[in-house]
Amino acid sequence: MKQFLTALALGASAVFASGAAQAATLDQVKQKGFVQCGVSTGLPGFSNPDEKGEWTGLDVDLCRAVAAAIFDDPAKVRFTPLTAKDRFTALQSGEIDVLSRNSTWTSSRDATQGLNFTATNYYDGQGFLVRKELGVKSAMELNGASVCTQSGTTTELNVADFFRTNNLQYEVVAFQGQEETLKAYESGRCEVFTSDQSQLYALRLKLANKDDHIVLPELISKEPLATAVRQGDDQWFDVVKWVHYAMLNAEEAGVTSKNVQEMLNSPNPDIRRMLGVEGNFGEQLGLTKDWVARIVSKVGNYGEAFDRNVGAGSPLQIERGKNALWTKGGLQYGPPIR
Amino acid sequence: MAITHDGPPAGTPVKASGSIWSNEKTRGWIAQGAIGGLAALLVGVMVWNAQDNLASQRIASGFGFLSQTAGFGINQTLVEYSETSTYARALLVGLLNTLAVAVVGIVFATIFGFLVGIGRLSKNWMVRQVCTAYVEVTRNLPLLFHVLFWYLAVLAAMPPARQSYSIFGEIYINNRGVYIPKLIFGEGSGVGLVALIVAIVGVAILKKWATARQMRTGQPFPVLWTSLALLIGLPFLALAAAGFPVTVEEPALKGFNFAGGARLLPEFAALTIALSIYTGGFIAEIVRAGIKAVSRGQSEAAASLGLKPGLATRLVIIPQALRVMVPPLTSQYLNLTKNSSLAAFIGYPELVQVFAGTTLNQTGQAIEIIAITMGCYLIISLVTSAFMNWYNRRVALVER
Repeated sequence: MKQFLTALALGASAVFASGAAQAATLDQVKQKGFVQCGVSTGLPGFSNPDEKGEWTGLDVDLCRAVAAAIFDDPAKVRFTPLTAKDRFTALQSGEIDVLSRNSTWTSSRDATQGLNFTATNYYDGQGFLVRKELGVKSAMELNGASVCTQSGTTTELNVADFFRTNNLQYEVVAFQGQEETLKAYESGRCEVFTSDQSQLYALRLKLANKDDHIVLPELISKEPLATAVRQGDDQWFDVVKWVHYAMLNAEEAGVTSKNVQEMLNSPNPDIRRMLGVEGNFGEQLGLTKDWVARIVSKVGNYGEAFDRNVGAGSPLQIERGKNALWTKGGLQYGPPIR
Repeated sequence: MAITHDGPPAGTPVKASGSIWSNEKTRGWIAQGAIGGLAALLVGVMVWNAQDNLASQRIASGFGFLSQTAGFGINQTLVEYSETSTYARALLVGLLNTLAVAVVGIVFATIFGFLVGIGRLSKNWMVRQVCTAYVEVTRNLPLLFHVLFWYLAVLAAMPPARQSYSIFGEIYINNRGVYIPKLIFGEGSGVGLVALIVAIVGVAILKKWATARQMRTGQPFPVLWTSLALLIGLPFLALAAAGFPVTVEEPALKGFNFAGGARLLPEFAALTIALSIYTGGFIAEIVRAGIKAVSRGQSEAAASLGLKPGLATRLVIIPQALRVMVPPLTSQYLNLTKNSSLAAFIGYPELVQVFAGTTLNQTGQAIEIIAITMGCYLIISLVTSAFMNWYNRRVALVER
């Protein structure tokens, strides 16, 4: 049982380690030559191995961008697939350096789990997937339903809140892994499969007849999916946070993986600072001057990553919606690099 | 464990000495005390260090979380539980669900094991082969496979709620589980309970009397049938006298699902079936070994005394086989209980799923929660083995 081992590892490290401050993660990462990145066990669009066994997805690209910024090589990442139950323990115990695994940013997780959320790389909300044949049009018609969900998620708590506040009867069936949950829904154990809406779109693709299922319109919660690092290492926290902001700034300035070389000659001072032609902003973070150029040329800007993994260029076809840049009415906003 | 040396040979006087250190016993105690103290100190340092490290990593510690609101739902609760209950309550619900699976699983595993184990020694070729096949198939497949098979393969074959299989229009079976009518005992049903207690006491007295009578006269008395009649008849008569204050709540289709009646979760059913069948395979071999361990002379002696084969098995063979069987049976019972934690894969809300799963993830207090979970399993296992050891001593061969 992996959960058990991770917990034991955490226990052992807590029990036996001396109280001395932990070494800087950035230095450790540079020394070992790769970033250890915690991802999901397989969620199309966010973190999923492709047919060649290469990890792809929006969450994966964040880790690749961190590796590109440090090593100028997006392949210097090793991935640790984690279930919802194991993820925070894996980060606490030092098994991974970054947790980029569609995890909701909540106050209690931030305060008590020994971690810091860096930035929200996908604004999501919880929804319901049901069979079309039930004829249900709204979540309010789900009285008496059985609901399949993954245990140890905010989803499990939201669904309890939703049914309770609306005075609806329900039965929750919670499974350890996403695969088992989906299988139980498919076998008819539950009327409803609930998760973050992006996941519902992604997992619907895995069902035998995806057109027999619909995602209900209601969103019952806020689910800012954020990247997390261990608490107590501000430098590493800054690096991971600013890698995300760099991708946003690049999109905003129109710097893409295609035109990044030409952009080096751009007269625009914002772009010159961002790409390291002027100033040493990357060095201030413990990286190199050309850190953003490295990220954008190897991984792309946020918009490119979004399109490729979950947006128009992917089977998921999710709209930018709240994940559009602030300049286009969305919530994604990168503080300036200067 | 105290180190004990054999005393000096008889007749050698123990030399008295003024120094404490020269007294072997005192010296032993001092050494034991020192080692014990050192161990306690080590544990103390570990606990203190863990707290210190967790605090410096800003990870919450302590057991205060147990009184916080859990906020999640559980679909099988043997005690009152709602989303507003505490984590401690959720722990209790999970623990009881584990115990429910363990108890039902142990009963069925024992029944399967005895039937198949005795069947493997049957004179009937067909019975023997079927029982051998059972043992070989169940024992040689991983338990997780059994669990998933019963859950996914069998569940998938069940119809949805609206097309349930119905038995006499009273019992409904669908992919949400088995629904049966529930008896609701109204006011005045207490007499039934009293009658049941009276019947149980009556059965105990009857058994004693029957044994004494058989010892005296050699006449057997049909204790089994009389007891059954007492146990069922007496409460029934009492309830009839009180005017049957019992109502039946029947399951009825309502919305997506059945409402009313009592319900057996498919997760519970799948887990219990898988555990009983799997463990039954091992118990069958233990039963066979136990019976084989009774020497042939015993059954021959019983036959020559004129006991029929059934009686000979029940009165001569099984009691002697039991003393060989009980110790390995204990291990199987403990295994079954611990294996119930595989429920996490099929969503049955037992201890590991509810507490070491959801609760751990919501609170993030891995050390405390894993420690509590381990403590729960340890206590269940120790109680089980204490009971089995007591039973073992009872059935052990009393040498005269």
